[in-house]
Amino acid sequence: MGINLKSKREIEIMRDANRIVAEILLDLKERVKEGVTTAELDRRAEELAGKYGAEPAFKGYMGYPASLCVSINEEIVHGIPSEERVIKNGDIVSLDFGVIYKGYYGDAALTVGVGNISETAKKLMEVTEKALYIGIEEAVPGNHIGDIGFAIQNFVEKNGFNVVREFTGHGIGKKLHEEPYVPNYGTRGSGPLIREGLTIAIEPMVTEGTWKVKILKDGWTAVTADGKLAAHFEHTIAVTSSGPEILSRV
Amino acid sequence: MPKKQPKSIEVTGEVLELLPNAMFKVKLETGHVILAHISGKMRMHYIKIIPGDKVRVEISPYDLTRGRITYRLKGDQK
Repeated sequence: MGINLKSKREIEIMRDANRIVAEILLDLKERVKEGVTTAELDRRAEELAGKYGAEPAFKGYMGYPASLCVSINEEIVHGIPSEERVIKNGDIVSLDFGVIYKGYYGDAALTVGVGNISETAKKLMEVTEKALYIGIEEAVPGNHIGDIGFAIQNFVEKNGFNVVREFTGHGIGKKLHEEPYVPNYGTRGSGPLIREGLTIAIEPMVTEGTWKVKILKDGWTAVTADGKLAAHFEHTIAVTSSGPEILSRV
Repeated sequence: MPKKQPKSIEVTGEVLELLPNAMFKVKLETGHVILAHISGKMRMHYIKIIPGDKVRVEISPYDLTRGRITYRLKGDQK
């Protein structure tokens, strides 16, 4: 129990695990086009994970039925891939993927627009991605977890959007979800102290309208309560003596 | 994959005892006896609670033995 700080060796492994996730997400991102089914993306993700020698992390996790989460428009997270769900022009599609590699987890996410998307959708994605980097910048030794959430919430709300409360970022390492939890809202100086060796996944989920969430009848897909758009970006980072290092990059 | 934060649970119970500092011992319909305090909103509206009252309680998922009384049910209400 408690926060599990990682050694340099462990971070090396996590760097590899998360780089794999980043490479796969990049590949998937190129395939998100009109006419593609979400199931195809899921299959491609599994195929690639195998090629890299990693196991998809989400399948079977708390009963989740697939390897990839594909969340479109008002879906925030945990969209289950299906043969019936076809991507169309104007959609904004969030891809969330994770792997286990040499006993350590990788986890990252991005949102991409398809064809002609609305100005609001474009702004929403830009703000969400920027918010992620603003949050990452707070992850320096000496700061607190609340500083990350505060920075993200502040930036997002200044841009007229809202931050989802019901889902949060999390520590990551030998388990997919470890302590500490990393909310995307908060007050400066609150929460656990950030120290060297901390490995966390920061993942702002930002909505166009209300931050309230509804879970669909499939028990997984989280949608905005008012049906408006949502975006999601995620990186897994390691805190080093000189600040945060993004592990989920190519 | 984001972590889902547990939400508070709403249950009904019967007030057993009035304790100091506006705290109450409440027996939930589940059988558990918990320590609950009166919500600010009820305080603001001067709503009195006495032993025997049936009340709605919100319980935190982080401590199942503590709760917040959010509503006093009237007579035959369920």
